[in-house]
Amino acid sequence: MNGLPGLYNDFIAIFLMMAGFYVVISQGNLVKKLVGLGLFQTSVFIFYISMGKVAGGNAPILTDGVEVYSNPLPHVLILTAIVVGVATTAVGLALVVRIQEAYGTVEEDDIQAQDDAEEWPDDTAQDSSKDTGPDANGSARS
Amino acid sequence: MTPTLLMALILLLPLATTVGVVAFGRRPNLRETITVASGIGLFLLVAMLGLSPDWMDAPRLLLAEPIEGLPIAFSAEPLGLMFALVASFLWPVTSLYAIGYMRAHHEQNQTRFYAAFAVSISAAMGIALADNMFTLFVFYEVLTVSTYPLVTHAGTDAAKRAGRVYLGLLMGTSIVFLLLAMLWTWSLIGTLDFTPGGVFGDESGLVLGTLLVLFVIGTGKAAIMPFHRWLPAAMVAPTPVSALLHAVAVVKAGVFTILKVAVYLFGIDTIADLAAADWLAALAALTILLGSLVAMTKDNLKARLAYSTISQLSYIILGAMLGVAAGVVGGGMHVVMHAFGKITLFFCAGAIMVAAHKTRVSELDGLGRTMPLTMLAFLIGALSIVGLPPFGGTWSKWWLVQGTLDTGLWMLTAVLLISSLLNIAYLVSIPVRGFFVAPAAPATGVKEAPLPSLIAIGITSAGCLALFLWADPLYRLVGEVLQ
Amino acid sequence: MSFLEHLPVLIVIVPLMAAPICVLLDRPRLAWLVALIAAFSSLFCAIALLSQVLDGSVISYELGGWAAPWGIEYRIDLLGAFVLLIVSAMAAAVLDFAKASVEHEIPTDRIARFYAAFLLALAGLLGIVATGDAFNVFVFLEISSLASYALISMGRDRRALNAAFQYLVMGTIGATFILIGIGFLYMMTGTLNMQDLAERLPAVADTNTVRAGFAFLTVGIGLKLAMFPLHLWLPNAYAYAPSIVSAFLAATATKVALYVMLRFMLGIFGVDFSLHEMPFAWILMVLGVLGILSGSLVAIYQDNVKRMLAYSSVAQIGYMVLGIAIATTAGVTAAVLHMFNHALMKGALFLALGAVVYRLGSVRLNDLSGLGWHMPWTMAAVVVGGLSLIGVPPTVGFISKWYLVIAVLEHGWWPLALVVLIGSVLALIYVWRVLEVAYLRPRPASAPPVSEAPLSMLIPVWLLVIANIYFGIATHLSVGSAERAAALLMGTAPMGGAQ
Repeated sequence: MNGLPGLYNDFIAIFLMMAGFYVVISQGNLVKKLVGLGLFQTSVFIFYISMGKVAGGNAPILTDGVEVYSNPLPHVLILTAIVVGVATTAVGLALVVRIQEAYGTVEEDDIQAQDDAEEWPDDTAQDSSKDTGPDANGSARS
Repeated sequence: MTPTLLMALILLLPLATTVGVVAFGRRPNLRETITVASGIGLFLLVAMLGLSPDWMDAPRLLLAEPIEGLPIAFSAEPLGLMFALVASFLWPVTSLYAIGYMRAHHEQNQTRFYAAFAVSISAAMGIALADNMFTLFVFYEVLTVSTYPLVTHAGTDAAKRAGRVYLGLLMGTSIVFLLLAMLWTWSLIGTLDFTPGGVFGDESGLVLGTLLVLFVIGTGKAAIMPFHRWLPAAMVAPTPVSALLHAVAVVKAGVFTILKVAVYLFGIDTIADLAAADWLAALAALTILLGSLVAMTKDNLKARLAYSTISQLSYIILGAMLGVAAGVVGGGMHVVMHAFGKITLFFCAGAIMVAAHKTRVSELDGLGRTMPLTMLAFLIGALSIVGLPPFGGTWSKWWLVQGTLDTGLWMLTAVLLISSLLNIAYLVSIPVRGFFVAPAAPATGVKEAPLPSLIAIGITSAGCLALFLWADPLYRLVGEVLQ
Repeated sequence: MSFLEHLPVLIVIVPLMAAPICVLLDRPRLAWLVALIAAFSSLFCAIALLSQVLDGSVISYELGGWAAPWGIEYRIDLLGAFVLLIVSAMAAAVLDFAKASVEHEIPTDRIARFYAAFLLALAGLLGIVATGDAFNVFVFLEISSLASYALISMGRDRRALNAAFQYLVMGTIGATFILIGIGFLYMMTGTLNMQDLAERLPAVADTNTVRAGFAFLTVGIGLKLAMFPLHLWLPNAYAYAPSIVSAFLAATATKVALYVMLRFMLGIFGVDFSLHEMPFAWILMVLGVLGILSGSLVAIYQDNVKRMLAYSSVAQIGYMVLGIAIATTAGVTAAVLHMFNHALMKGALFLALGAVVYRLGSVRLNDLSGLGWHMPWTMAAVVVGGLSLIGVPPTVGFISKWYLVIAVLEHGWWPLALVVLIGSVLALIYVWRVLEVAYLRPRPASAPPVSEAPLSMLIPVWLLVIANIYFGIATHLSVGSAERAAALLMGTAPMGGAQ
């Protein structure tokens, strides 16, 4: 099983990964961002799991008559990674809830606009001296 | 007391003074007594160090060794002792002057002023006694930082701007050029110890020349053009600060550093062979002329003195870059001679400011009638700077001219002489106008500066004369550098 | 002696176990006490470990008694012990400071959980350093990251939430990249033990899989490290986090990420592969230089002092990255040394700002007017910390810069030396902006009166300040450890032999 069909797991993993990554970057909605992030992580799980599969191998349970086993270690590792992924999603969602409470929105642009509105009049009101240059917020936010 | 112990005391005494000044900040008389007394004590300590029989061979005083082979250590050698003597002698004199000036001027935050002053002196002592370039650098930076509050003493916007220029230029040049030169030297030869005859081996002339340029322009305190802007800017400070720090301690720390680098890192023989040294000498000559010319255009008395200082400092740089014994001797002696002359001039400028409330040269016509003593002292200081007998400046100019003749660079000789003529034009003219031009308003009788200030002026102008009559010990001291 | 044998795991376990205790106790003071005790226990372990490995030996500990290539190994060499010391010492210092600051900034009902998260972050960071297993690094990385997202989000400003979210997204991407990288390595070698990986990798090094793994790891660690241009999460996260979180993360998190980079790039891939076969050194050099210059320049224009320090951190990370990029023992020494020194200076500065927040409630530049006279000790600490950041002798900052520039000049790369020194001048500018406002601008008459911070804050701040000067003068511990750690990393490539 060489060539393209044999690697279809990898291609799926790559596709999922890019899709997730694209969602994270392109979506302004924080929840959707988290969905993309989850997709991104999951693709790596698939990548690991397919890595452990040995062609023609059996489940790694000692049985008579079976000589070739799949490698169980990546599967175990990915169990841990899944837990990590769940935890990340949980923390992320918790943050989104708090953002919603604080800003009343989960759209990145709105949040940005509110922050700017808070920051700039503040600056011009307080700041009569010329010491303070323009704040480089824009560059700091992705 | 052993020389090593003396050195420790010399460094500690000003710091202890700082503590005393801060502790008794609310009792001005006690605070100022402490300052003057420890100033005198410091001078005595330095003098004792110079008089101890084996002071040059005494073991060095090791404070710490942050990087292996690069200790913070102190030792005494003739140039350093000379610098320490000048600074420590003028500290109590300036403090005496400051008492009169600061009180008459009703300056704020006088405790901070005296405290920062003492720290600056401690830093100057550290520079004077530094055993290697690293130690010198450490105290060089301490001096910059500790004089910053003095420059911005007034707290006005102008003072803040001046403080920015001051700190930016001094620290900027020292970090980018001086530190780079030190690091480069270290990575080349693995030592920064001051060694008679120099430390370099057979590095190529290009490398050494570049290093020398980095060292000289990195020493921003020497105010060689185009890194001189901080010095006029620093004139916003109270006059005692301008007098001691920006005519003596800080700027002399700069030229002292260059002398040390020339004599003890490069060695004058190496300097003599370097083409870069000639270029630096030319730059110094340019600074001498331009400084004098700019000084002529300045109507503000302190600004005029500042540019005069820039010009005079380059005499010393020039002397160091000549690569002949007479140049170093002249440069070394000029450190002392210019210190006494210029501090006298600044004292007079401050006295005029306090007593007559005048800061412009054009307002000084006829002032000799109301402030005869001050104007006389001004004349003495000016003549000493010009280099006319019977005042100390004669000798240093003599040796510097001798140095230019030894190298055969007659252009430089011409520069020195032209500059002297310019000095007469912009310095000696002031007391002449003070005495001989009729004032705009009729004189109202004698009104001199406060007595402590007047005493200080008397001491320094007498010093100008004494240095002419008894210059021999100084000459022998500086001469020992080249043994 | 059995107790001492378990030190490598105890240092991680103690804070890990203390975290749930904090939650269960749910009393602010008790939780603080538990956290403090845990941090000091870790510090004690770190000191004991460092004293054991100071001679260049390596401690190997088999978790649960499973032998090394199969079980998880905890492996502590000199570099590891040194970083453990940095992390646990900073945790201890920060927690000393924390009590009043946390009570002031965090709602009372959340304080216990705050300390729990803090301990988890600490355990994670310590675990990353202590473990000798590549996958374990990922797990601990996520433990510390998740805890720090939570910690950052507890800042009083609501922008902290957004900052934490940004950090979460970028941090997760970074961690996932690391996971992929580790996966590639595992694919080629069939092992996750770092020691084992290092031995097996050279045989398969010339494959695209290993190169891809290398690339993923570089980007992933770079994100965690906030290496320019992957630093975008850092400024807001540090600016809006609670004071002690800023101090703790600034002093430790990026250091640990740098440790991971050193460990993977030099320890596992080996010096030859990382620095000579791959264009890694050149990339790092360019990024380091850009980081130094851009970080410092942007810092100059900041109005929020914490944000300014955050950008300064980006620049300082640039120095460390540059140190690695020099690709000599001297360069790596400089990087490791700056890790230690930067922890000291940033710790001191952020804690001092924490004291300012405690009294003033703000760290905007304009609000600091005249503070030098109202909070003299706090601002004096900022002065010393700032001088250290600039690199003025005799502070630690000078020592770092000295070693870095000497390492650069060994190659004759004087333009790089100039970059480092110009970075110092830029630091001078942004530090001086703060000091000028604090000392030269009078406090407006309308401003509410402020007084000096309480002693419980000043003492830890000043301990760090004194450390800034002490380690700038007596450099035996820091320079000695850094030099030997770098020699171990560079000399006995890929990794030192086991004992």
